[in-house]
Amino acid sequence: MPYDPSKPLQDRITDIGPKNYEEFLPPVIKKNFGKWDYHEILEPGVLVHVAEGGDKVFTVRVGGARLMSISHIREIMEIADKHCGGFLRFTTRNNIEFMVDDQSKVEPLKKDLLSRKQPGGGFKFPIGGTGAGITNIVHTQGWLHCHTPATDASGVVKAVMDDLFDEFTSMRMPAHVRISLACCLNMCGAVHCSDIAILGYHRKPPMIDAEVIDKVCEIPLAIAACPTAAIKPAKIKKPDGTEAQAVAVNNDRCMFCGNCYTMCPAMPLADAEGDGIVIMVGGKVSNRISAPKFSKVVVAFLPNNVPRWPETTDCIRKIVEVYAGDARKYERLGEWAERIGWEKFFEKTGLEFTHHLIDDFRDPAYYTWRQTSQFKFTG
Amino acid sequence: MKHKTPLLDQLESGPWPSFVSDIKREAESRTKNAKGVDYQIPVDVCDDILGVLELTYVHKRTHWKHGGIVGVFGYGGGVIGRYCDQPEMFPGVAHFHTMRVNQPGGKYYSTEYLEKICDLWERRGSGITNMHGSTGDIILLGTHTPQLEEIFYELTHDIGQDLGGSGSNLRTPSDCLGKSRCEYACYDTQALCFDLTNEYQDYLHRPAFPYKFKFKFDGCPNCCVASIARADMSFIGTWKDDIRIDQKAVAAYVGGEIKPNAGAHSGRDWGAFDIQKEVIGLCPTGCMAWDGKKLTIDNPECTRCMHCINVMPRALKIGKETGISILVGAKAPILDGAQMGSLLIPFISAEPPYTEIKELIEKIWDYWMEEGKNRERLGELIKRKGFQKLLEATELEPVAQMVKEPRTNPYIFWKEDEVEGGFTRDIQEYRKYHLR
Ligand code: HEM
Ligand code: HEM
Ligand code: HEM
Ligand code: SF4
Ligand code: SF4
Ligand code: SF4
Ligand code: SF4
Repeated sequence: MPYDPSKPLQDRITDIGPKNYEEFLPPVIKKNFGKWDYHEILEPGVLVHVAEGGDKVFTVRVGGARLMSISHIREIMEIADKHCGGFLRFTTRNNIEFMVDDQSKVEPLKKDLLSRKQPGGGFKFPIGGTGAGITNIVHTQGWLHCHTPATDASGVVKAVMDDLFDEFTSMRMPAHVRISLACCLNMCGAVHCSDIAILGYHRKPPMIDAEVIDKVCEIPLAIAACPTAAIKPAKIKKPDGTEAQAVAVNNDRCMFCGNCYTMCPAMPLADAEGDGIVIMVGGKVSNRISAPKFSKVVVAFLPNNVPRWPETTDCIRKIVEVYAGDARKYERLGEWAERIGWEKFFEKTGLEFTHHLIDDFRDPAYYTWRQTSQFKFTG
Repeated sequence: MKHKTPLLDQLESGPWPSFVSDIKREAESRTKNAKGVDYQIPVDVCDDILGVLELTYVHKRTHWKHGGIVGVFGYGGGVIGRYCDQPEMFPGVAHFHTMRVNQPGGKYYSTEYLEKICDLWERRGSGITNMHGSTGDIILLGTHTPQLEEIFYELTHDIGQDLGGSGSNLRTPSDCLGKSRCEYACYDTQALCFDLTNEYQDYLHRPAFPYKFKFKFDGCPNCCVASIARADMSFIGTWKDDIRIDQKAVAAYVGGEIKPNAGAHSGRDWGAFDIQKEVIGLCPTGCMAWDGKKLTIDNPECTRCMHCINVMPRALKIGKETGISILVGAKAPILDGAQMGSLLIPFISAEPPYTEIKELIEKIWDYWMEEGKNRERLGELIKRKGFQKLLEATELEPVAQMVKEPRTNPYIFWKEDEVEGGFTRDIQEYRKYHLR
């Protein structure tokens, strides 16, 4: 029985939750669940996991755009059917993993994956993303789907990953480097704890569309949405000369978050020159050696130079190269910067230190200033 | 192609997979319609995605409007409404609502299942997805309003699959692959994630909270799903007893027979493996020793950072008495700055039916629903009211593990019943000894 719009509640099924993951485990994974002994990265993008009883599963990890058409998914299915008994998995960082239960199946799988190219010459399934390298970027929606982005997501990611492609397919970094992107300061992705974070940021307060604001907005909701209480009720003159109930924005208090626009379509803030990218570095979420850390702002603004964001890709490349050359083995980017000191980080990377980089936002700011006479001189 | 896209076309070159080429591929497939699909939304939807995105690249301003309230009957989440601000130029994406579909644990799939999702989304949606969104859901990206109920009906009836969460709900919980393929997993992340997701379906679909609430499950302190940074409640696997040492395998690492860190650093010549420098010297607690033959760990001093195990996975294994540390209150920076999760439960057993864990969750929710302001994340509430209030609400005893260090100010808010004799005193009695 198909859905009948005239009887929406007939035979309704709700609250059944996700599919049980057990249905989707490849046989070798199911058999050895909880019995894995060790793993090894055989080469970039190829892992073997060995179970206590000796069973092995070989995994080939490939990168990809998380934005994915069903034609592409069908191609992934075709590969999984051909090589992997009809199973596959995705990683948290938008990689795809093809698993086989015998080493002899690895080479044919790899060959097949690498032979598949897009019309522009790009790989459909680049192999890599393991170990001390740079794996795929986690990101949010950007200009492709969201209403508050200050930059694109998929386009920036493509530009950055093209530039860092060799680091995806190799493992020459001191430790792994995680890059994330969020397209506005809501940071729907966890960019605030990444080795390198690319963050969209607006720099102009919202405009007020006087003609319609009293019709399309619940003004109290817009006022309440503002995290910094920058919006207050105000009378406003409409273009036709009549007065209407509207709002005024205290520009000095605005942190450009776009929450007002979410509530009130008459308060758009996106702007071609105003919007761009903030670069943050040195965060981590793993508890390895040092505690998890937040990323720190090291570049306050880079423009949205479409379609390939050269300032952003150059900046990231520079940070990655200096880190790779200077950090010790196992040292994450943030651990390296803390060991050498942030003043040295700026010296070595050549990034400019500006007043925008000194925290002045609420309580946590004080704790980021220097309360000691110890520092290093830089030239 | 329906629209010229000179800017986007420049994103088709380069080695990394191009999303532009991929959308074009779907656009062509829809135009051709080799399988004779009876498309329920405009055939040229993918052309219009490219068209509106190209225009966005020209204007450098998004062309999407906030979606207002759309959804499926009886659910307060799972659908993100979206409209285009140029519907006449791009009618295919005039409505472009997203559906969040609750992903399976560990993100394993059978092709049989994916086929059903693809067939459904080809016919009733744009054919464009995110695998996956950053919360973890399968994102079906873009369909028109009348399709929402149809899709929900087919998902639940034909595929046995529910939507995920959005809004002031429990958000779709997510997990690392855990015991299915990782030897570091201290508990079955997938089992716990699945159990809690089903237990709390009502909270996932019907907004009852001040704001969003996230659970994330990491099998060990490596935190591959970043629970410590992203979840209101982070479940991180840990152990209580000793790291298991295989001295023979240690010797094999020292002798260079096994590559350190499972080969993660093999892209560069870092020189011969030096156990003293790379393991003993980097142990944050200094609790390891190597006398040239034998590795010893002073286990009570170990803080389970995973470093030595990551470096020598064949020689060192997590302990056997495993369980979970629970941290609470992580959130992104908006508004008072980012917060990591703070340790609330140093150790709790992770055995089904997880009764103790559920009791804790429900106490935390009761407290948050009672005291939380609109759009206040749990972490912000804890900060506003103080950690002590959370302890009262959860009926937990304070332990020194909960803090990094004790307070640096003595401004203790003593309660009347904690002070001998209480607060009520007799001023006349006082004045007998102290003249005005
Ligand atoms: C030094 C620290 C770390 C080590 C040794 C480590 C080790 C591992 C291992 C052994 C796996 C399982 C791989 C497999 O079975 O194929 C894994 C998976 C993963 N790790 Fe880590 N990890 C570390 C830190 C991190 C961090 C900090 C992040 C993220 C910011 C991360 C993200 C991931 C992701 C996304 C996966 C795939 C997990 C999944 O999709 O379920 N890892 N890691
Ligand atoms: C006031 C604050 C926020 C607003 C108005 C907001 C709004 C939105 C919107 C509109 C979307 C849907 C994007 C789309 O599909 O078109 C979204 C997605 C999302 N949001 Fe937020 N958000 C806010 C804060 C946050 C925060 C603080 C977090 C995380 C801690 C977060 C996590 C997410 C995630 C994970 C997604 C899915 C993103 C993706 O995978 O593309 N959001 N948010
Ligand atoms: C470790 C804790 C502290 C120690 C050892 C300490 C010690 C001292 C000493 C030795 C003096 C000089 C006394 C004198 O000249 O007779 C002093 C003065 C003072 N302390 Fe503290 N103190 C501590 C904490 C605090 C705290 C927490 C406060 C208040 C918040 C505070 C407020 C003052 C004030 C207001 C004075 C008088 C300052 C002045 O004369 O200008 N002290 N303290
Ligand atoms: S980060 Fe901001 S712009 Fe990007 S998807 Fe989230 S709310 Fe939208
Ligand atoms: S953009 Fe954010 S801070 Fe600025 S007025 Fe709007 S809600 Fe307030
Ligand atoms: S969090 Fe730990 S258990 Fe889970 S996949 Fe990562 S390393 Fe393995
Ligand atoms: S897990 Fe960390 S703290 Fe414990 S012994 Fe190993 S390196 Fe030291």
